[in-house]
Amino acid sequence: MKDLTQSLLDTEDEVMLRDAARGFLADASPVAALRANRDAGRAHDPALWAEMAQMGWTGVLIPEDAGGADMGHRAAGILAEEMGRVLAASPYLSTAVIAASVLRQAGPRGMGALQAIAAGEATYALALDEGPKFAPAATALKAERQGNAFRLSGVKAFVPDGSTAGRVLLLARTSGMPGDTEGLTLFDIDADRAGLQRQALSTIDSRDHARLVFDGVAATGDDIIGDLDAGLAALRPGVQAGQAALAAELTGLAGGAAAITLGYLKERKQFDRTIGSFQALQHRAAHLWSEIEVTLSAIANAGRVLDATPDDAALAVSLAKARAAQTAKLAVSEAVQMHGGIGMTDAYDIGFFMKRARVGAEWLGDYGHHAAIIAAARGF
Amino acid sequence: MSDATEALAAFRAEISAWISDNCPAALLGRPMDESAIVWGGRNWTFADDDQRLWLDRAISRGLTAPRWPVEYGGAGLSRAQEKIYREEMARIGAPPPLESFGLWMLGPALLEFGNPAQKAEHLPSITRGEIRWCQGYSEPGAGSDLANVQTRAEDMGDHWLVNGQKIWTSYADKADWIFALVRTDRDAPKHKGISFLLMDMETPGITTRPIRLISGKSPFCETFFDNVKVPKKNLVGELNRGWDIAKYLLTHEREMIGGGASGLLGGRSIGQILAAQDGNVLADPILRAEAMQAEVDALAFNLTMGRYKDQAEAGRGVGNASAMLKYYGTELNKRRYELLMATAGSDGLEWDGAHGGLAPEWLRTKANSIEGGTSEVMLDIIAKRVLEMPGQ
Repeated sequence: MKDLTQSLLDTEDEVMLRDAARGFLADASPVAALRANRDAGRAHDPALWAEMAQMGWTGVLIPEDAGGADMGHRAAGILAEEMGRVLAASPYLSTAVIAASVLRQAGPRGMGALQAIAAGEATYALALDEGPKFAPAATALKAERQGNAFRLSGVKAFVPDGSTAGRVLLLARTSGMPGDTEGLTLFDIDADRAGLQRQALSTIDSRDHARLVFDGVAATGDDIIGDLDAGLAALRPGVQAGQAALAAELTGLAGGAAAITLGYLKERKQFDRTIGSFQALQHRAAHLWSEIEVTLSAIANAGRVLDATPDDAALAVSLAKARAAQTAKLAVSEAVQMHGGIGMTDAYDIGFFMKRARVGAEWLGDYGHHAAIIAAARGF
Repeated sequence: MSDATEALAAFRAEISAWISDNCPAALLGRPMDESAIVWGGRNWTFADDDQRLWLDRAISRGLTAPRWPVEYGGAGLSRAQEKIYREEMARIGAPPPLESFGLWMLGPALLEFGNPAQKAEHLPSITRGEIRWCQGYSEPGAGSDLANVQTRAEDMGDHWLVNGQKIWTSYADKADWIFALVRTDRDAPKHKGISFLLMDMETPGITTRPIRLISGKSPFCETFFDNVKVPKKNLVGELNRGWDIAKYLLTHEREMIGGGASGLLGGRSIGQILAAQDGNVLADPILRAEAMQAEVDALAFNLTMGRYKDQAEAGRGVGNASAMLKYYGTELNKRRYELLMATAGSDGLEWDGAHGGLAPEWLRTKANSIEGGTSEVMLDIIAKRVLEMPGQ
């Protein structure tokens, strides 16, 4: 029997995980739930998060001795894919993937936090971007040193899960100039700390995003993850894990949008014919399916590489994110167009897919960011 | 290690040693251009003695047809063993001792559909490189609509009488035998009146004419059949069920053409090739963006070929999804050659200039998405069979 973890096929365990996730999410978090939350002005659903914790999803990347399920990055991607299919909104990426991957590298300092994440008690936001594009090195938010203490001042412009998360992973500048890759430090602080103002943003995907304003927020050396001035290194495992899982979410989203569209093509009649019988639409649907198939390989590969050789995963992760951003864009564009007028209405679900795809394309690096990494890795 | 793993490791060591011991050193790592390919056949002339020696030794070990049964001249290898054999051949740099349509297409068809006499008559001569086969499928009126075969075979009691014309018959002018689709029932629905017939090219009434392409000389021919008498025993499978065999073989062909796309640039990335060209063409932001996109897509496509291969090896068929490999791989290959031409600029415009051979290769890639089923037919297959979209 071939060892499937060496291939891009799902193992038996992974097939079971996928089926279980799909079944649970169809009941607990259909697109209708996102709509209801949006209409109620609610961006985070604590009850859903508690159920995810119960199933071990919050601990998917957390060691068993910290109460996690430790299923690995491929499994984390499969969960993200299934969440993407139905647009399940939760702090899963920020907390269970990104924060867990960062804290896992933080030695004893991270143990308590990991236990709290696995138990579903702690949620995290990653505060990185200060401008409109993903650029950690451009960080200007200042951490001014006063003895063993720091004062944090500056603005994080786009922080996913930033208005509801209990804790914030924050990249701040402890030395050097914006643009320097050195001189950045990663802090782990309580979101309620004095001087931290959180302004919820009303974003197109109806999820929790916030602008975080730091006005002399107090921090100490105990709040630092990794080493002083070495924040990018401490952040890398989290960012890469997050990029891979976000790519998986986007690909699941593409699959979900394609499935809804295919269903519509098989049922909608115009000119006395099912529109899915028109070859022009068949070819577009077939092309979209092909693109999704090809992207799914990049997603599976990123998970496998992160599990096997995490220090050598940059190419695999960027390939996944670059492909996923484009595939999701194609899927939602084709979905709305093939639906026609009804696809433009808020009453129909497909628009939610388009909006989330746009947000996902930007977060943690857009297509151009990742294509440049791939080009560099491939020698040009 | 399990017993099976141990046995495979032992096989790898054994086959690796055999290849190293038997493949003449002069053949190792030689570029695989047309002159390096051994096609075999009645009129074959070897480029040198090394080629002949390598073929003879491979035949003696059954390795011209690794997976075929030993009784027909194969080596009887398992799928896993064959994979190891090919890996070791590639690692050592040994060329395939023999290539042919007999090995790729007719053999698999006979093994699946042929009767014992046909297998005994034809398979050994294929494995020994004695008979070179060509494939007679397409006709002037049967391209994408392959089942619209008009070449007819009439039952004359003691023989078939064949009349008609084939087109795009690769190497028909050099082949010894042809396997062809012929119409044996003109009243039946078009898929149901086709049979699969074997013909000796020396039979009176068969003539061939080479076709010149936009890319220059080509192996393609037109093949004409004028009152050709064919023995009754040369019909493979059941009368009027030849379409089943054709479909079986087309799946093979699609995987080969789509799969070939990744290897055409010798494993190098498009960016690496472009970066090595004079004048840093990648400084042009538009070409650079296109090259990046081609690279991203090629990397993801290569992973997908690996995934499908693993799926087939795990015993879960790929089925109609192979149409995607053919579609995506050939379209990708065309994009890459467009990029190579754009970056070569006027250096790429001569038939035999500084980028010798690039222009004809670029032109030839335009056929990739036509031969073996057009991209549009592949999309039809995906839409109808994979996505189960409604018919017209």
